Amino acid sequence: MMRVEEKTAVRVITGNEAAAWAAFLARSQVIASYPITPQTSLIETLASLTAKAPGRCRFINVESEHSAMAACIAAATAGARAFTATSSQGLLLMHELLHWASGARLPIVLVNVNRATAPGWNIWTDQNDSMSQRDTGWIQFYCESAQEVLDTVIQSYRLSEELRVPSMVILDAFFLSHTAEPVEMPSQDLVDCFLPPWSPEFLLDVDNPAAFGGLLGIDHYQEMRGDLHEALHAAATRVEGVDLAWKELTGRSYGTIEEYRCGDADIVLMTVATASSTARLVVDSFRERGVGIGRLKLRMFRPFPDELLRERLRGKRHLIVLDRNCSYGSNGILFTEIKGALYGLPEAERPQVHGYISGLGGRDLTPARIESMVEHALNHAAEERSVWIG
Amino acid sequence: MIEIRIHGRGGQGAVVASLILARAAHHQGWEVQVFPEFGVERRGAPVTAFARLDRQPIYLRSKVYEPDHVIVFDPGLKESIDVTAGLKDNGWILVNTSSPPEAIRNLERFRPATIDATGIAAKYKIGTATAPIVNTTMVGAFAGVSGLFSMESVAAGIRETIQGPAAALNIAAASEAYQVCAGPSRPPVEAETGIRQ
Repeated sequence: MMRVEEKTAVRVITGNEAAAWAAFLARSQVIASYPITPQTSLIETLASLTAKAPGRCRFINVESEHSAMAACIAAATAGARAFTATSSQGLLLMHELLHWASGARLPIVLVNVNRATAPGWNIWTDQNDSMSQRDTGWIQFYCESAQEVLDTVIQSYRLSEELRVPSMVILDAFFLSHTAEPVEMPSQDLVDCFLPPWSPEFLLDVDNPAAFGGLLGIDHYQEMRGDLHEALHAAATRVEGVDLAWKELTGRSYGTIEEYRCGDADIVLMTVATASSTARLVVDSFRERGVGIGRLKLRMFRPFPDELLRERLRGKRHLIVLDRNCSYGSNGILFTEIKGALYGLPEAERPQVHGYISGLGGRDLTPARIESMVEHALNHAAEERSVWIG
Repeated sequence: MIEIRIHGRGGQGAVVASLILARAAHHQGWEVQVFPEFGVERRGAPVTAFARLDRQPIYLRSKVYEPDHVIVFDPGLKESIDVTAGLKDNGWILVNTSSPPEAIRNLERFRPATIDATGIAAKYKIGTATAPIVNTTMVGAFAGVSGLFSMESVAAGIRETIQGPAAALNIAAASEAYQVCAGPSRPPVEAETGIRQ
């Protein structure tokens, strides 16, 4: 791809504003959303941007999140690039239609601001809202910085449209949604160069009538679902190409996972989202004390990059998994998933897996709190269940 | 890394002040990260915002517990909350009041400074006569007190954050506060921070 030569502007903006700018620069044609804390400033920014660009986009005010997703589904079925954003209870209300969007193979992009689920009412971050949507057939990215949010929303459109599966881009409530930091703003030309207009193979068109979403019999349903499963799996490798194309234009790429000081480490700390930044400092601190530890950030949670994780974790002694979520009656969700993935390694090459649950409902994952997990793992045999860290 | 905590009341613009402060510092070449206290804001209730400035990328993404400096928009806040909680020894505590710094008691471990931001903001008709919005004035004062970024950078931060003709009034108010706090002995910003303008 041709490199677009241009001056880039750096602005100090929040994670929510970065998401809004990305949806705008991606030329979203239909935006349907219902406000909910802590997503509200995202939608306010987007409403303001689109109001200043008449004719560019249809901004639909809806009466619920269920309707927001329904509007996005209808728009995408008619060939429009569709966007929505939500959080917590709003995402849960969309649940039924999340299945519909992926089943109908519609490349909708949704930004979810991670927020705890009620009761008790809590507007602060944890991952149970989005991780409990893991089986809906959506790609899921967890972001660490406002820059990554902006870049990932734009990348998601390209990935989604190539594979005809929807994407969810996820950021922590407040720790990212309301935190302002420097973000390099790509020009419209650069984004247009990366993301050409979407031309779907099948679309709802009054001049060429066709029926969508009809009854599918016993002979075909399973194959159709198998296709969706394959498309999701394909995203794990296809995302690398999308990332590379973005890197050629901007110099920035992220991968499905990102390793920090993992090369010679025999202990790996696995994190997602903003905790990954703070975990770097924890790694540095243990390294100064001679502990051979590294940090592995999981950026893409669906599809789960199990093959790559097996390759990178093969032969490590300990894996410490930080879950800001809980599958009640089971364990931390990442803890369970990574153990399943590592079962594919010969027993002698599997690290011991130590699971920790912490940071629910916005509890601060300070360096000290993350350090206490590492200390615990260094001094205890791996337990069957995730350990709760207060 | 330098950590700053801002105490205000809902409606005084403390969160916007943190954003202007970040944009000013970024204009001066600092890496920045700012965020509000993650709460539910109500007009008149205590509001807190935080800023981090560093010369390298900022990876710490937890809250600020031990700030280097504190900015207090309303002296009455000292009665209801501990505005010095965690404040490091010798840190600046900049308070909006018409009293001199000596009038602020129990702050021996810190460097107190005061500015009549309410008077200055009212003079430039920022906000209403009964409830002036002091945020830009306080950022100007903090730039003068701390020397972390210049008045030119504050003006850039204000222009980036406040649209329309209001920007000029806010810059004028911030500039007056900067002059009062910086004083004639303030060394040039470059000399103090060693970073690019």
